Amino acid sequence: MKYCAYAALCGVLLAGTVAVAAAPFVPRTDDEVLEHLPFRPNDPVVREINGLRRQLAENPQNLQIALQLARSYFAQAGGQSDPRYVGYAQAALKPWWDMAQPPAAVLLMRATLRQYGHDFTNALADLDAALKSNPADIDALSLRADINLVTGDYATSRQDCERMAPYVTALTNAGCITFIEGMTGRARQSHDALLASMNRTKTVNPDQRLWILTRLAEMAWRLNEPALAEAHFKSALALNIADGFLLAAYADFLIDYGRLQEVLVLLKDWSRADPLLLRLTLAGQMTAAKTFPEHQVALAARYAAARMRGDTTHEQEESRFSLVVMKQPQEALRLALSNWRVQREPRDARAVLEAALALKDAAAAKPVLDWMAQTGIEDWYLRRLAAQLVPAGAAK
Amino acid sequence: MMRALLFALLAFFAALAAAHKPSDSYLGVTVAGDAVRGQWDIALRDLDFAIGLDSNGNGEITWGELRARQSEIDAYALSRLTVALDGNACQPRVTEHLVDNHSDGAYAVLRFEAPCAKAGAVLTLGYNLFFDLDPQHKGLLRLEFDGATRTAIFSPDAAQQRFELTKPSRITQFFDYGREGVWHIWIGFDHILFLLSLLLPAVLVITHHQWRAVERFKTAFWDVLKIVTAFTVAHSITLSLAALGVISLPTRLTESAIALSVVLAALNNIFPLFQRRRWMVAFGFGLIHGFGFASVLADLGLPRDALLLALVGFNLGVEAGQLAIVAVFLPVAFGLRRSWFYRRVVLIGGSALISLLAAVWFVERAFNLKVLGF
Repeated sequence: MKYCAYAALCGVLLAGTVAVAAAPFVPRTDDEVLEHLPFRPNDPVVREINGLRRQLAENPQNLQIALQLARSYFAQAGGQSDPRYVGYAQAALKPWWDMAQPPAAVLLMRATLRQYGHDFTNALADLDAALKSNPADIDALSLRADINLVTGDYATSRQDCERMAPYVTALTNAGCITFIEGMTGRARQSHDALLASMNRTKTVNPDQRLWILTRLAEMAWRLNEPALAEAHFKSALALNIADGFLLAAYADFLIDYGRLQEVLVLLKDWSRADPLLLRLTLAGQMTAAKTFPEHQVALAARYAAARMRGDTTHEQEESRFSLVVMKQPQEALRLALSNWRVQREPRDARAVLEAALALKDAAAAKPVLDWMAQTGIEDWYLRRLAAQLVPAGAAK
Repeated sequence: MMRALLFALLAFFAALAAAHKPSDSYLGVTVAGDAVRGQWDIALRDLDFAIGLDSNGNGEITWGELRARQSEIDAYALSRLTVALDGNACQPRVTEHLVDNHSDGAYAVLRFEAPCAKAGAVLTLGYNLFFDLDPQHKGLLRLEFDGATRTAIFSPDAAQQRFELTKPSRITQFFDYGREGVWHIWIGFDHILFLLSLLLPAVLVITHHQWRAVERFKTAFWDVLKIVTAFTVAHSITLSLAALGVISLPTRLTESAIALSVVLAALNNIFPLFQRRRWMVAFGFGLIHGFGFASVLADLGLPRDALLLALVGFNLGVEAGQLAIVAVFLPVAFGLRRSWFYRRVVLIGGSALISLLAAVWFVERAFNLKVLGF
């Protein structure tokens, strides 16, 4: 390929194209296994879902069954990190999906599915409608608090937490409030308060414990207390619940502290999930692992496939991929800024700062620098990046 | 009460982990006259969800299991696709069953043809696969007509779409191929290096085995003009002959010869053999480089009804790209020509480097090895 002077880039592009559209073939034998399904047909999960599917097929207007099926599917979307289930959940709600004023339970589910696809505007509208009919709907308040936190509307998020306070446990309330305060200048106090609240609570279900420990670990990490963060991560992992968010966060932590081999071991069976494949690829690149070229090609192909269908939910991660793996800071910055318009969590801020720093373009990072100043977020890594981008004394 | 926070967990997790891939099918459609042909790649996971493929219930789908359900799959899929030219329905029929791997797993590949009563100017496609089971499913269409490719996305809100089958205008086509020509000379390092090797001495002249700077710009200019013209005429000849299918040489042979031509052209600067008649070298080897351009053009695909137009466009693009390189090179070289730097480092050192690089290319291409990776 003499025309491909830009060897690395071209190699990946070609391989990516090949992976997306390789030559079709006729398998040699009938025994050849083509695909592994997530479940066997006799798996209890499938049996339950199939039972609901049958019931709903007989009576498609039965809201209770439809909701139950949608919830079951959505749980799979989380557990398997597989977005197909989100579409199945939506299909279960078909008779109600396009209604302007569906029942409150449908509004909540529709909001949940919409926020999964980063359609935050419509998700919030659904939640507002649900809360209009029942101002004390804690599920709706909780989800709205989450969305407002992710999109950086801390004041509204806080109001939602306060509104649900009378109806939820002290621990749930502490979780809600401290997630916000942890981002807005009270990181240390928030960490300690949440930890104390969890330790005070006699019965904490494993899912809730997992979630709180993950957030505690992130808070400690932002405070640059790696030993404390490590302890939280380890406690969360010890719960033995497969959780993509925890694995991604822990892998990022390990990468930041140069513990790359551990990332390769931690995630070796998780290459199907794009966010985790990204971490595998990053760690593989930095250690020149044998798996790296294959992972890089696979990930590039998946981002290409997402772009083909007009999906933008990958932007933050694709920005990291563009910057670190593909060495395309311009593209990385474009993606990071586009993502920043939708999501405003520390990792989203970091993507913008890192790309801007690679381009020495402090002006491009202004929205994020402003956000940091407004929130007063205590994140040693973001602050270090900001300081490198806008050296002390330099005019802002 | 726990439910509230559990919800929070799912919401956050979902925001991060849009993992695996949502369901897509890939539909390729080619229209040629009254014949509509296509290839439809449908994920086995989706087919399994729709009609069940895992007959033995072991969580795996084998080729045997897929083959056993092939006719049901054809019926299921084709009943959810409509094809019409100018409003006249064309009935798709599966002609071949294959398998392919995409980034998220294995897909059943259905090749089909849909003969239509007569050719038409408007293609209408109706796509309804899986929308009842998964409203987030999308059909990614790649429509080819007359050498041009269009893409479109089918979704429940856009299940029926019509496409005007207008041919790209001649002017657009001409400029498209022109652009490709410019691009391919710029990224074709071997052609650039060959040209540079011949141009480097153009601002110098040998007297008594010594390189001396030419006095007047005109001298250098005419020398460059002769070389570039000879190169252009030569590769235009072979490019045209190869593109029209008059001559065909094995790629490995022509590509190796191109690399060799770069080696020789560069060595000629260090051990001068042809000084005055470098335009003849440019012509001779230019014939070989034309085959290189032809292989690019073959990859691009030539429109049958606008062959000459595309050929001329591509050729002129190559020339324009070449002239841009010369326009940058000549003033700089002329300005530097008296310096020791130009004569020793650029001419001798540069030529040595070029010949070395091209020698590696030659070995790679002639013996099918991979040394440099590009």
